[in-house]
Amino acid sequence: MLLTSYFLAALAIVLAWPTPLALSKAKWTARAPVAAVLLWQAIALGGGLSMIGSMLVWGLTPLGNDLISALHAGWLLVTGDTSVQYPGVVHLFALSTALLFAFHLVLTLVRASWRTTLQRARHRQLLRLLSNPSQTRPNTLVLDHDLPVAYCVPGFNGSVTVLSKGLLTQLSAEEQRAVISHENSHLDQRHDLLILAFTAWNEALPWLPTSRLALDAVRQLIEMLADDKALEVVARPVLLRAIVSVASSIASVGAPKNASSAATGEVVGMPGGEVSSRRLQRLLSPVAPLNRLQNFVVLSCTVLLLVCPTVLLIAPRLLSW
Amino acid sequence: MASLGDLERSVMDLLWDSAEPLTANDLRDALAALGTDAKELAVTTVLTVLARLEKKGLVARERSTRPHRYTASSSREDHTVGLLNDALGTAQDREAVLARFIGGISADEAVSLRAILDSVKTV
Repeated sequence: MLLTSYFLAALAIVLAWPTPLALSKAKWTARAPVAAVLLWQAIALGGGLSMIGSMLVWGLTPLGNDLISALHAGWLLVTGDTSVQYPGVVHLFALSTALLFAFHLVLTLVRASWRTTLQRARHRQLLRLLSNPSQTRPNTLVLDHDLPVAYCVPGFNGSVTVLSKGLLTQLSAEEQRAVISHENSHLDQRHDLLILAFTAWNEALPWLPTSRLALDAVRQLIEMLADDKALEVVARPVLLRAIVSVASSIASVGAPKNASSAATGEVVGMPGGEVSSRRLQRLLSPVAPLNRLQNFVVLSCTVLLLVCPTVLLIAPRLLSW
Repeated sequence: MASLGDLERSVMDLLWDSAEPLTANDLRDALAALGTDAKELAVTTVLTVLARLEKKGLVARERSTRPHRYTASSSREDHTVGLLNDALGTAQDREAVLARFIGGISADEAVSLRAILDSVKTV
């Protein structure tokens, strides 16, 4: 039990700090956005699991030799069985911390999804009053504004893609196809749930700078995923032209400073006129996707990150020789 | 019979297009003139719709006069700009709208990218 808790604590620390830091700097993620997104999820889940697990297991050490018997003893203690030895204040503290932390994570997730739901409801309500359904495309609304804008509003009962009139008049038919398939893939692949999970993770652990890194990395990766989908229907230059048309006309009307690019840091344009965001770099100079072996290695790491803490929690006897 | 959602939209359109505040009766008449399905519309229905819109903060009511007169609380353009702010990530709440098309690309980068694309085209 004791060894297990130490190992879980070490894992938690590795997953909380050096691993996300290294992954956010890694170049290969642009070559395999799918695997990278999965790995980020495994890091967050495995990290949370081992953080809670290490405290839980350590707190339960005096009560039994493995999690099951310790939990049983804990239950007897709570129900007033005097034959069980009282574990002592430090261990009780660790136990309460584990429970509070788990509760805190769940609560933050619930709160974030509730807030997002309300914001979307409000946004949809205004859309109902201000936009018109597209004559030619399903689940698409057209907003009467000259700024070329495209985005999607996800929802469990019907997601919609919103296009502005400016987008429809200023972009060619091909460019519009690029934009629309990009947006649709966000909806099809439920990227909103990913963002929700990582937003909540970031809110629950504001003192952990790497939770911010994870959110920014996942934001970039989903854009790459959507770009890849768009490239299945249009050629690369078309997608690039569409991006440049939308981005530069929004810039030219002096739209309020984009909060996300300021926060992301990474995507600030270089003074020398270079393109620094990875999303654009991989569109400008395509790189080969990871080969099968490399993909296999990444996926194995992903699986291990989830399996390790789980197995250690459920079968701590493995380590308590 | 039009649904409440459709009626809300028609009422908002009338209020947005009207230069002066309207009473429920004005609105009923205007709605009746608009289309066939609003023919047997009762004033009470219009009042219900107005109450709903007022609760949502879209409509303001002048209580000093009898009957009460209604105006749109902000213009159609203001609301559209509000939606776009959500969409462009300039609003405080950034989760309402998922990933806009230019996500993660700054204005400076757009300029650089345009230059790169233009240079490719001219070669």
